[in-house]
Amino acid sequence: MAAHAMTPDTGDASAYCDHCGGRDAAGDHGACARARELEPPRYCTRCRRRMVVQVTPTGWSARCVEHGILNPY
Amino acid sequence: MAHILDVARTQVLEHGIGLDEAQAVQALRVPDAMVDALLDLAHEVRLKWCGDEVEVEGIVSLKTGGCPEDCHFCSQSGLFDSPVRSAWLDIPSLVQAARETAATGATEFCIVAAVRGPDERLMNQVREGVAAIAAELDINIACSLGMLGQDQVDELAAIGVHRYNHNLETARSYFPDVVTTHTYGQRWDTCEMVRKAGMELCCGGILGMGETVDQRAEFALQLAALEPDEVPLNFLNPRPGTPFGEQQPMSAIDALRAVATFRLAMPRTVLRFAGGREITLGELAARGVRGGINAVIVGNYLTTLGRPAEQDLAMLADLKMPIKALAKNL
Repeated sequence: MAAHAMTPDTGDASAYCDHCGGRDAAGDHGACARARELEPPRYCTRCRRRMVVQVTPTGWSARCVEHGILNPY
Repeated sequence: MAHILDVARTQVLEHGIGLDEAQAVQALRVPDAMVDALLDLAHEVRLKWCGDEVEVEGIVSLKTGGCPEDCHFCSQSGLFDSPVRSAWLDIPSLVQAARETAATGATEFCIVAAVRGPDERLMNQVREGVAAIAAELDINIACSLGMLGQDQVDELAAIGVHRYNHNLETARSYFPDVVTTHTYGQRWDTCEMVRKAGMELCCGGILGMGETVDQRAEFALQLAALEPDEVPLNFLNPRPGTPFGEQQPMSAIDALRAVATFRLAMPRTVLRFAGGREITLGELAARGVRGGINAVIVGNYLTTLGRPAEQDLAMLADLKMPIKALAKNL
């Protein structure tokens, strides 16, 4: 299956926090957003599966087994 | 009794003899009002015994996560409930990461794997990766692959790895509170083998993991006894799901005291800012570079993001500190 890019505006793309995996609608994720300034995403925002993340010197990529590559470099 | 700054000025700055452990404790305990003077002295020591150049390095994780060890600070241990999943970097992507690093002007590129020690699959990947990078780029290649056997040390030296990183991480007396799946002695043995094989030794650790000030001084002197070519200084960045995940980051002023003290304990070594400086020091990182630091990791780390390399390079330009050229490493 070919990987496809996720974007924030597709369907239920923001159902889950990409930092803690919690429901976006439940609770304040301000601290998660601040942490994300220095961290790549860890959870798929559509299904909250943990993603396979590769950090490189100038970027990162994250892949959900179900929803594909989030940000290919 | 003479003040530690006066002692250090004579002993370290003039004669190049590092602080002993008791002196390091004194340096780590200087009052807040004297931290600037401590940093200024450490900067003078660095300039006199190392010069004004700054060594720039980039790093990448070749094998992420799933590590069998229980280093309590590490999100890559397979024993903790961490969000970090296992990943392998393929060779083209590894070479691309080296390209990105070389483009910053860095002279060092370190290939890192989260393992107890390399198995044959990892050694194959490293052999292939080192050869592919060396064929394309003029950059020194370093590796950090955990504990090694003698045959692995010899092979890494033979394929052109010029520096090997293996951190002691903390003081010997605190190590059992940080790692239980291997010993301080095992780490020390790998470091000794690396040096005897002719590779440069990179050995440092992480500050702010709950060690006491005395243990911080103990750690500095244990590193000094090992005589590493480079000491990377990390500051704990508490990782979710790890045993140290709820600890508070070290205060900036304590971090700066430690930077200066480690420089005064090791006047001639390459002292590198590594992970955690963004959350511990923020913009005060520049003070560290004028307080004993003479090397930086630029760009991202293994599982977390750093400042863009351009910001660090601009900081060095502002400080009028030239970046060490590759030719001077050869």
